Amino acid sequence: MIGGLFIYNHKGEVLISRVYRDDIGSQAADSAVFSSSGPFLGERLGGSVRNAVDAFRVNVIHARQQVRSPVTNIARTSFFHVKRSNIWLAAVTKQNVNAAMVFEFLYKMCDVMAAYFGKISEENIKNNFVLIYELLDEILDFGYPQNSETGALKTFITQQGIKSQHQTKEEQSQITSQVTGQIGWRREGIKYRRNELFLDVLESVNLLMSPQGQVLSAHVSGRVVMKSYLSGMPECKFGMNDKIVIEKQGKGTADETSKSGKQSIAIDDCTFHQCVRLSKFDSERSISFIPPDGEFELMRYRTTKDIILPFRVIPLVREVGRTKLEVKVVIKSNFKPSLLAQKIEVRIPTPLNTSGVQVICMKGKAKYKASENAIVWKIKRMAGMKESQISAEIELLPTNDKKKWARPPISMNFEVPFAPSGLKVRYLKVFEPKLNYSDHDVIKWVRYIGRSGIYETRC
Amino acid sequence: MPAVSKGDGMRGLAVFISDIRNCKSKEAEIKRINKELANIRSKFKGDKALDGYSKKKYVCKLLFIFLLGHDIDFGHMEAVNLLSSNKYTEKQIGYLFISVLVNSNSELIRLINNAIKNDLASRNPTFMCLALHCIANVGSREMGEAFAADIPRILVAGDSMDSVKQSAALCLLRLYKASPDLVPMGEWTARVVHLLNDQHMGVVTAAVSLITCLCKKNPDDFKTCISLAVSRLSRIVSSASTDLQDYTYYFVPAPWLSVKLLRLLQCYPPPEDAAVKGRLVECLETVLNKAQEPPKSKKVQHSNAKNAILFETISLIIHYDSEPNLLVRACNQLGQFLQHRETNLRYLALESMCTLASSEFSHEAVKTHIDTVINALKTERDVSVRQRAADLLYAMCDRSNAKQIVSEMLRYLETADYAIREEIVLKVAILAEKYAVDYSWYVDTILNLIRIAGDYVSEEVWYRVLQIVTNRDDVQGYAAKTVFEALQAPACHENMVKVGGYILGEFGNLIAGDPRSSPPVQFSLLHSKFHLCSVATRALLLSTYIKFINLFPETKATIQAVLRAGSQLRNADVELQQRAVEYLTLSSVASTDVLATVLEEMPPFPERESSILAKLKRKKGPGAGSALDDGRRDPSSNDINGGVEPTPSTVSTPSPSADLLGLRAAPPPAAPPASAGAGNLLVDVFDGPAAQPSLGPTPEEAFLSELEPPAPESPMALLADPAPAADPGPEDIGPPIPEADELLNKFVCKNNGVLFENQLLQIGVKSEFRQNLGRMYLFYGNKTSVQFQNFSPTVVHPGDLQTQLAVQTKRVAAQVDGGAQVQQVLNIECLRDFLTPPLLSVRFRYGGTPQALTLKLPVTINKFFQPTEMAAQDFFQRWKQLSLPQQEAQKIFKANHPMDAEVTKAKLLGFGSALLDNVDPNPENFVGAGIIQTKALQVGCLLRLEPNAQAQMYRLTLRTSKEPVSRHLCELLAQQF
Repeated sequence: MIGGLFIYNHKGEVLISRVYRDDIGSQAADSAVFSSSGPFLGERLGGSVRNAVDAFRVNVIHARQQVRSPVTNIARTSFFHVKRSNIWLAAVTKQNVNAAMVFEFLYKMCDVMAAYFGKISEENIKNNFVLIYELLDEILDFGYPQNSETGALKTFITQQGIKSQHQTKEEQSQITSQVTGQIGWRREGIKYRRNELFLDVLESVNLLMSPQGQVLSAHVSGRVVMKSYLSGMPECKFGMNDKIVIEKQGKGTADETSKSGKQSIAIDDCTFHQCVRLSKFDSERSISFIPPDGEFELMRYRTTKDIILPFRVIPLVREVGRTKLEVKVVIKSNFKPSLLAQKIEVRIPTPLNTSGVQVICMKGKAKYKASENAIVWKIKRMAGMKESQISAEIELLPTNDKKKWARPPISMNFEVPFAPSGLKVRYLKVFEPKLNYSDHDVIKWVRYIGRSGIYETRC
Repeated sequence: MPAVSKGDGMRGLAVFISDIRNCKSKEAEIKRINKELANIRSKFKGDKALDGYSKKKYVCKLLFIFLLGHDIDFGHMEAVNLLSSNKYTEKQIGYLFISVLVNSNSELIRLINNAIKNDLASRNPTFMCLALHCIANVGSREMGEAFAADIPRILVAGDSMDSVKQSAALCLLRLYKASPDLVPMGEWTARVVHLLNDQHMGVVTAAVSLITCLCKKNPDDFKTCISLAVSRLSRIVSSASTDLQDYTYYFVPAPWLSVKLLRLLQCYPPPEDAAVKGRLVECLETVLNKAQEPPKSKKVQHSNAKNAILFETISLIIHYDSEPNLLVRACNQLGQFLQHRETNLRYLALESMCTLASSEFSHEAVKTHIDTVINALKTERDVSVRQRAADLLYAMCDRSNAKQIVSEMLRYLETADYAIREEIVLKVAILAEKYAVDYSWYVDTILNLIRIAGDYVSEEVWYRVLQIVTNRDDVQGYAAKTVFEALQAPACHENMVKVGGYILGEFGNLIAGDPRSSPPVQFSLLHSKFHLCSVATRALLLSTYIKFINLFPETKATIQAVLRAGSQLRNADVELQQRAVEYLTLSSVASTDVLATVLEEMPPFPERESSILAKLKRKKGPGAGSALDDGRRDPSSNDINGGVEPTPSTVSTPSPSADLLGLRAAPPPAAPPASAGAGNLLVDVFDGPAAQPSLGPTPEEAFLSELEPPAPESPMALLADPAPAADPGPEDIGPPIPEADELLNKFVCKNNGVLFENQLLQIGVKSEFRQNLGRMYLFYGNKTSVQFQNFSPTVVHPGDLQTQLAVQTKRVAAQVDGGAQVQQVLNIECLRDFLTPPLLSVRFRYGGTPQALTLKLPVTINKFFQPTEMAAQDFFQRWKQLSLPQQEAQKIFKANHPMDAEVTKAKLLGFGSALLDNVDPNPENFVGAGIIQTKALQVGCLLRLEPNAQAQMYRLTLRTSKEPVSRHLCELLAQQF
């Protein structure tokens, strides 16, 4: 039960304020003294709500210390916030809500806004504030999240101005019956000349490695994103190399188990889009669904076992006296030589008293970025089973500060054309009983992208 | 100072600052700063030397970054380099950086000090000033140590420039305030005083600040400054506004300097030299005259400056308190301000008048403004001004206007701000008591007070009413009648119920004759409030009920029924339950005679300073004390009620019940047989004697404690309050007679004997001590055949003894007939360890001549010694535990008396310790152990006495857990052998 939702710019001025419940505000801000509110607040806000608005600004946005926790409690009121570039979205409540639900909603809200007007920026929000209020009215009712499916929303919240004159009564009632019906995410009567289907497996791999090359923690969080252009009401079935499914099937044929045993993966947990029939997943562990039209996220999952680490970072840091530091970093790519990794970036932190840096690298470009206190080494492309090296000499200024440099970890960014978790799509079948196209007529595209999450090596 | 030329402006710095200001977010700012820091680092690291300009620019940037809240850990060296530059701007930035950023324990401090030293030695006044400013800004102890000796030299050097002298004076002031011990006093002090004659007003102003601060510490060294200050002041005051040019502020000549001079004069008493005094009075008069002149400007600065001087003048007049003429004029001037438009002026006027009211010369003049002040109390918008008005009313109150002021305050109380209500309640209570001529008025006032602001009436206030009513026969009936009426109100405050309950319980019989307030009516009225009250009040009411049974036997059945009710007998609160049980039993088993004895009317309370006053002082802090004590200085108002004025009833011999009310743990020598009987009965009630000891207090004690008035609200709580401030202050009694110490020594090891004897008077002592309590009987024998008049022995606690020892005295008769002996009982409670004995001051008139005598009361710490037996092993273990050097006290001394083992043994036993045999390997030696019992703590004590018969010497070693106790005991005991 979200009590209210505020969107702030980086200065803490309120751009959007929508209050769903009266309980927020009154006591929220007794704890602090507040100055005048932002210019976009207008008269819509009563004094009490203004208190809540100001409490968040004072205690989070303008806080002396950077606020790291996404949940802040001020005077028995909880503020849940997410930040998109310079924009803060904050959901406020006085009740004991499910925090995960609130964040899920906030992320969904970001997605919806991005789907309507692209990048979330102050400019865009100011230009679309009527639309945002319209959306908020639709996706949140008395603080309870409602249908936040972009596709469905787009059928009745449009940016093309008033269309009602052209819209017939039937169309309107059709929208109503669809939105309130069993399959709220897809309308009937969709027709495509070419039935096409795109499937993206997007994974981000996270790693923390010790200087000696020991894996301290590693996990992959992945998403299966689908873009469907299918006619009618197709029934889809998605299959992957999930260990449980493979083993279940493998019971019949023992040899298959041994053959595919290596290729199956253990999924730690997964969540599905609302279109997936969970009952069927529970009983048969098969993923079947009627997809929404257009792009959507079919599932999210996490794996922690048998992760393929695409790169290995070997750091070598030597302190030469008090005023010099020698750094040598080797990266090794650890995948099939036929594959190419892209957008590789290695970030080597430098001490705070760095006064000069000389870098030599065999491949790519490296630069000392003083504003970030790091050496950034960029490589456009790199094939599998290769290695590359950078060495740097860092000059230090002697300081009277006795504190030792904390040696933050070396981090890395990259993109590889395979799934580091080892996930494979086994099939995606489409059945449309009413219209006459079969599974074979559908054009299917599958793509794997592995990206780095927090990929760090201590040095 | 040289102006900063355009070329010196640092473009890079300006660009950097504007970049930072344009940053959209915190992250962007941090990035920009990181970039700049890296740039500066590379510049500082660079091999080629930086020129002064860039160095200055980068140091400036670092300073700016630091002031934004980021850590800076380099650049100090560059800043120090800047100090040696010849350019003013570079030097200035260097000093700025150092005074902001360098901490005292830095290793650079030596370099910095060196640079400062060079600058101080240079002939360039601006450089010297910069260095002085840096010293003052850093102001650390190290700086003080390095330069405290140099600065006075610069200050008084004949060739120093004016600006340097000014800076030096202020710098020295700063160092002196930071660490006074570092600034050496010397011959320069005399020359500093002569700076008051300096041509340059800036130097004079700085010097006055310095002198004011210094003379507070050594007023005598700077006495000569009075005449100089006066002449300087008179020159300023009499000068036309145009004379001083730069130092004229909105037509007022040198206002700051004038104010500072006036402050300086306030450090000293009025000048003795008539000429100087005459000149000063003339000055003060001129200031007062000027206040009457029409303002020369409408600007607020003009009037502010003028008023600042005026108020400082008035406080000087008040400080001198010797010129009636000036005081009255000041008062009139303030009177004008009371109605000024400016709230601040009204506030200041009220505040100053408060101090004026305490002067005997201006008290009457202040009183004329009473209506204005009352009006201010009612109409002022600002609560702080109202508070000052209330203070002033309190200060100006005397016998003549007490009724008016108290009634105004009471009226104001109804609407007063919550913040000051409690204070006003206390003030009303004090004024009502102090100036009450008619005690019925007093009772009315206090009851009104409880009615209007019951919540803010603290315990002390209503304790005090009870004390006064109990001590004054004439108001008891009236009080009973009034509280009875007050209780009839449908809703009355709990404090009212408490007062009512107590007074009716004591004096209800005085109004029982009236059928409207017959005993059953009184009881039912009280009982109707019973259920609405807190536990403490209920407990008090239960005590009232048992007193009713004694006062009105006809209510016995009703009250017993109430006590017997399940809600009392089985009350969840153990205090109420116990009271109900015990009172019920008492009422049913005791005969009326016993009941009458046990529940006799409370004896009068000893006169003492009201605890309310103490509370008000606590509330206001020490500063307010002078204003509150004004009554003492006011000849017309003193001693109306506060003085020692024994009422006839107080002279009566202590009744048995009064004894019962004595110390709870003391042996009850005069306990009536009823108590023992009831005690036995209680044992019966508690079913089985075996269970009895575990019930906590022994039956007698429980019973005794029960018979005290209910603990939380009892007047006993007041008595236990260790603030017998009504005792004449130490200044009133003479020093102890020369033999006092010797007399005291006689009593270290014994408890009974003759304390003092001369041809007039003999004072005998009998005392007994148990644990931390003691009782002492003093016998005053008149050896002459003539009656002593106004005989008053009092006990005085010098120093902070009153927090250590509580001595409660019983009053004795004011006349002692020839040849007669009077007895005085002292109850003593040792609160914590003490070193000095209390003083006994005896004053009386013998044949018309006043006699005064001060003795040391034979109460020493060893009286509270409890002997402890222990085995040798235990003894040595404990001896070792107390092995810290400060825990031990040792004395080797020559024997004054023959060395007889038996006598020594007796003395040690008399001293209070247990004698332990077979502990010391040498049988000649004596070893003792004991515990000193005080209320706050117990001090274990071990002693060892080694006589050496050949040398006629003793060695005495004492070990206790408290250092002062060890030393004190050692000295006490050493004198005995």
